[in-house]
Amino acid sequence: MKFKGGIHPHYRKVTADRPIRELPLLPRYIVPIGQHIGAPGEVIVERGQEVLRGQALTKPAGFVSVPVHAPTSGKIKKIADYAHPMGRPQLAIELIPDGEDRWSDEISPVGDWRELSPNILRDAIRDAGIVGMGGATFPTHVKLSPPADKPIDLLILNGAECEPYLTSDHRIMLESAADVNEGIGLMMRVLGVDKAVVGIENNKVDAREALAVSRPPGLDITYELLETKYPQGSEKHLIYALSGREVPAGGLPMDAGIVVQNVGTAAACLEAVRDGHPMTERVVTVTGGAVAHPDNLLVRVGTPLQDVIDFCGGLAVDTGKIIYGGPMMGMVQFDLDSPILKGTSGVLCLKDEEVSQFEGGPCIRCGNCVDACPMFLVPSQMGLLVERSRWEDLGDHHLSDCIECGSCAYVCPSRRPLVQYFKRGKLEWRAWQEKQQNESEQNNESA
Amino acid sequence: MLIPTAVLSGMGLIAGLGLAVAARVFAVETDPRQDAVNDVLPGANCGGCGFAGCSDFAAAVVDGKASPVDCPVCDDAARQAIGAVMGLEVATTQRQVALVMCQGDESVAKHSFRYNGQASCASADLYGGGDKVCLHGCLGLADCQAVCTFGAIEMTEQGIARVIPARCTGCGKCIAACPKHIVSLIPADAKVHVLCANTDKGGPAKRACDVACIGCKKCEKAFAEDPRITISNNLAYVDYENAPTDPGLVETCPTGALVFRDLNALDSDGKEVRPN
Repeated sequence: MKFKGGIHPHYRKVTADRPIRELPLLPRYIVPIGQHIGAPGEVIVERGQEVLRGQALTKPAGFVSVPVHAPTSGKIKKIADYAHPMGRPQLAIELIPDGEDRWSDEISPVGDWRELSPNILRDAIRDAGIVGMGGATFPTHVKLSPPADKPIDLLILNGAECEPYLTSDHRIMLESAADVNEGIGLMMRVLGVDKAVVGIENNKVDAREALAVSRPPGLDITYELLETKYPQGSEKHLIYALSGREVPAGGLPMDAGIVVQNVGTAAACLEAVRDGHPMTERVVTVTGGAVAHPDNLLVRVGTPLQDVIDFCGGLAVDTGKIIYGGPMMGMVQFDLDSPILKGTSGVLCLKDEEVSQFEGGPCIRCGNCVDACPMFLVPSQMGLLVERSRWEDLGDHHLSDCIECGSCAYVCPSRRPLVQYFKRGKLEWRAWQEKQQNESEQNNESA
Repeated sequence: MLIPTAVLSGMGLIAGLGLAVAARVFAVETDPRQDAVNDVLPGANCGGCGFAGCSDFAAAVVDGKASPVDCPVCDDAARQAIGAVMGLEVATTQRQVALVMCQGDESVAKHSFRYNGQASCASADLYGGGDKVCLHGCLGLADCQAVCTFGAIEMTEQGIARVIPARCTGCGKCIAACPKHIVSLIPADAKVHVLCANTDKGGPAKRACDVACIGCKKCEKAFAEDPRITISNNLAYVDYENAPTDPGLVETCPTGALVFRDLNALDSDGKEVRPN
């Protein structure tokens, strides 16, 4: 099934044929303690302490929280605020490797997932610090723990990779097809579902073939090719395209009986159970016109951006922008010290001429954004409301259903910063609602 | 020609009479004191008191729900006048004005990237705290100016906000609008100010901005006893309850974050005279 709206940007997936290469050990790593949605963990190591690869550096603070682990063996130099990809400096652990890269003694295989109970598997996934690797970084064990009143009957695997430039999921599906399939089986066992569908855009036919060939016997996994269109990889659109179900406004996939996971996350879950390896590395696509040798790299979490770029031949003189993630939804970086996180799927380095720098003009009411919006919203009107600080009217326009995919801003001939408006608007709308609630509570008390 | 004129005049007369009667019959009884209070109020309907406007505030004062001092815009004379209408004893208060605690304009503050999004401080602040290296500095996108009903905030040519004390009424709207929380209400008579809000340690603060307070404590040490400036969290704070008045004090500051500025000394435009 096809969803309405969306856009067809230039895909520029130039690294699709590049096999994954491992980045050599570096002289320092900066591991932020907050790399996921939810509460950052509590630091359980000290300055000067020797740690081994895979050793937990934090412990989860609450249910929606996961630990981070040492990317290699070495000594902790400092625990302080460091540059963070989200912009503001955040608490991070600086690790100076000893060069031996020794695994911690505590790392041992959990067992064969076919014989372990879902609870044990879920705990292993949490302790390995696994989060959604597509970029949203929601803790995976939470997604795999649906409440009892939301029965799940289908697991959907996201291999769409609809963002231009990115090829990390593509390479994982090609090179680790067996691991991905086993990981899917593991997740199916945790959720207690007998059916899984992998959604892959039809510009990656080889990835579908690789997965289909290595499908483990006895598992009901199907592999569907989807139209190549942005945002095909959005959770809600993938669900619609593969199952025809719609997630209700303000709801989660589990309201439609579905859990969606990234293909890379599936492979990481398998590694956590089969080998006991926590999430200390991930595949990152380093690409764009401003790097000399675009490539797919296996990078340890906490690697400073500068080292990744140096490995790919350094930056061009006329670099205009560096983005973590894809060009549509990624985060712009301004500090070459900011580390690769668990959710960093790509490092996109663009030349000045590849970047469009502009100042938005007034809305000309052409309606292009309305056609492009895959959530059936009216971006033009919402943008105007935010521009005029009319927060109280945003709820009527269902701003909270905006997935911030950027399709509206992509087609806007007036080049309005629409996504920025909506990010601000969401915060202000929430603040306005809270204020109204507080006032009505006060009135009730005084009455 | 005569007939239309007569008809129109007649209609006007009848409608006028109707209105006159209606005004008498349906007249709403108001407390005369409410009008008297309303006459004294500034009439800017700024909302700084928390009520919908000046007449709403006047009604609240008459009902005893608000005190004359709740209007932040009224000067002392106006408050006394309200007190006289209401038969209340109103304590004399000191005039307060807003002050932007930042001098980090284009000439001295460093940038970490180029921001080209929505021209609003609150929106820019969502992106890593804005384009300045200093996370506490004025972003210069005029959110405070936009909410000021009195035209008391100007953006300097070097791109930061500056309050014109003669026009500032101390309503406090700019304080709520600033995402960096660097606008404060201070007594208008105070003359020595720390125009910096950076709580980083000395090194990072100085790298971010030439005129940052580096928390060196030199100004604090100028007071052997009876401290009037204290350092806390790497930043100097003036004790405005007991404000220092000595112009020589600014000499102790190595970066220029401590300034002497007489907010009551104004030039003909109503703008303050810049020291130096």
